[in-house]
Amino acid sequence: MTLLTILFDGVAYGMLLFVLACGLAVTLGLMNFVNLAHGAFAMAGGYVCAVLVNQSGWPFFAALPMAFVASALIGAVLERALYRHLYARPHLDQVLFSIGLVFMAVAAVDYIMGSSRVFITLPDALRGQFDFYGVGIGRYRLMIIVICGLLTLALQLVLAKTRFGSRLRAAVDDPRAASGLGINVPQVFALTFAFGCGLAGLGGALSAEILGLDPYFPLKFMIYFLIVVTVGGSSSITGPFLASLLLGIGDVAGKYYLPKLGPFVIYTLMIVILIWRPNGLFGRAAAR
Amino acid sequence: MLTGTRPLWQAACIALASVALMASAQAEDTVKIGLILPMTGGQASTGKQIDNAIKLYMQQHGDEVAGKKIEILLRDDSTMPDHTKRMAQELIVNDKVKIIAGFGITPAAFAAAPLATQAKVPEVVMAAGTSSITERSPYIVRTSFTLAQSSTVIGDWAAKNGIKKVATLTTDYAPGNDALKYFKEHFIAGGGEIVEEVKTPLANPDFAPFLQRMKDSKPDAVFVFVPAGQGGSFMKQYAERGLDKSGIKVIGPGDVMDDDLLDGMGDAAIGAVTAHMYSAAHPSEKNKEFVAAYEKAYGSRPGFMAVGGYDGIHLIYEALNKTGGKADGDSLIAAMKGMEWESPRGPISIDPDTRDIVQNIYIRKVEKKDGQLYNIEFATVEAVKDPGKTKK
Repeated sequence: MTLLTILFDGVAYGMLLFVLACGLAVTLGLMNFVNLAHGAFAMAGGYVCAVLVNQSGWPFFAALPMAFVASALIGAVLERALYRHLYARPHLDQVLFSIGLVFMAVAAVDYIMGSSRVFITLPDALRGQFDFYGVGIGRYRLMIIVICGLLTLALQLVLAKTRFGSRLRAAVDDPRAASGLGINVPQVFALTFAFGCGLAGLGGALSAEILGLDPYFPLKFMIYFLIVVTVGGSSSITGPFLASLLLGIGDVAGKYYLPKLGPFVIYTLMIVILIWRPNGLFGRAAAR
Repeated sequence: MLTGTRPLWQAACIALASVALMASAQAEDTVKIGLILPMTGGQASTGKQIDNAIKLYMQQHGDEVAGKKIEILLRDDSTMPDHTKRMAQELIVNDKVKIIAGFGITPAAFAAAPLATQAKVPEVVMAAGTSSITERSPYIVRTSFTLAQSSTVIGDWAAKNGIKKVATLTTDYAPGNDALKYFKEHFIAGGGEIVEEVKTPLANPDFAPFLQRMKDSKPDAVFVFVPAGQGGSFMKQYAERGLDKSGIKVIGPGDVMDDDLLDGMGDAAIGAVTAHMYSAAHPSEKNKEFVAAYEKAYGSRPGFMAVGGYDGIHLIYEALNKTGGKADGDSLIAAMKGMEWESPRGPISIDPDTRDIVQNIYIRKVEKKDGQLYNIEFATVEAVKDPGKTKK
């Protein structure tokens, strides 16, 4: 039964990685923009949730959507003010710009919120574990699985079935032709970017309990976001989703069964998959 | 050409000489102390506590001792040893400090050690806790603690108090490995058995798999050492996984239950038994005054790092008193050796042989007092010398 507990923990961890990273998959894969500051938006969401719950006394479930909204707003403002000037620039410029943004975010949060680790006060209903036919199910992790599962479905539907989804795909594949067809490309990009940031913010709020929240969050977890997107391939949502699950389960199981090698399992998995499929699990050859 | 440059040279020489004169005139009545601490970055709480404690001490005792004015020059090394080294050098060479102090982490204390030796400037270590630090230079004195002091004590205590099987969870870096090594030695010597040994990576996102392993190995207790900050995450997940309900105790050196973080951990921490040199709940008059003054000044509880800083500045003051204000390195170190005093943590002294601190180690249990969590001391091992010295 331990095996199933480990599997459950791994799935929850993977789902969390997915929500944190799928915004990056959207900007990187769909908009072809390397945004290494993605984690900073996640951190923003985490701190917004923490301040609302701990200091303003909001219920946790009301603060979660606010974490999304706040990060999305910050994302929208920054996209209009800064990011859009870099869409046409080489990837190296984008990397340097966004990594600079990370350092500024780290310093700013350290100054405003202090460097100690922040915990979000959870409702009692989310604490502890219950026993399901011998499998230990953590309540909080179960909630993560439910929220992230629903989110993935919604995301997939939006991208594949809605008008906005098809506009976005058109805007990405050929911005000139798309604007010729009357699609407002900058607006589509701005919305998409803000949405990606909002997802990161929600992920940040959800992850505070498990990954810990401090000003170094964006630096500490940047590598995990990148691994998810690289392994999953960045041309769809299903790719990063399956990659997150695979990596989450692999990481948790590796740390449990081989604690001495544990931290390396996730990297080994990445290397093996990339040798086998250099564009990621579901990647297509580079779009441009 | 030569004659043309001469006036410039002369001017430069005069300027230099007058600067040197001014500096020496100043040095007559001022003793500068270079305080190097991590004020930003992951260890910032250490730096802030020490800085706070020193300011508090100077408010209480004035900034003059033995006819000298004490001036603190604070530098932030943001937990990077190469910064520490550069700052120590600047402080010694440019600012002519008589003492360097602080040092949040072991590599920082190491980095400054050769400079202390070379310049014959005392290095007062107020936080870093690896045993071998004081062996790196004859000018290093420590007022904090060593991990060996607390880990050996909790090892002996566990073996004597009905804990037979222990699973260990320690972070895989120098202090974690120190804690594990000294605990194991003493616990096994006392008849205990280690049933599971897990080292977690320093940048560890999720304790779940490690805790599940702890749970499945069915120990009597989990011995834990993780860096400050991760302690809260550990205790929360420990409770989430129901380890508290399955009767597995948490034991360890006291760093995990730092007063700074303890109350934020929530009730999950209740019952954890740790060995350490300081608790904000230490029941002495001296400590009650210290805690009250610190809380009044900074609105938070002092942790063990604050006490390390408070005693460090006290040591410097008393050494200057003893030398009558003579501030050269050899006189100060000679004065510091063997010094004894009553600290908020209890009676302490500086071992004249190793220049390391000798202090009581208390065994404490986390309990709720007046609605807040505290480490309540219930047993004392008196005058513990650092057991980790390689040179005896």
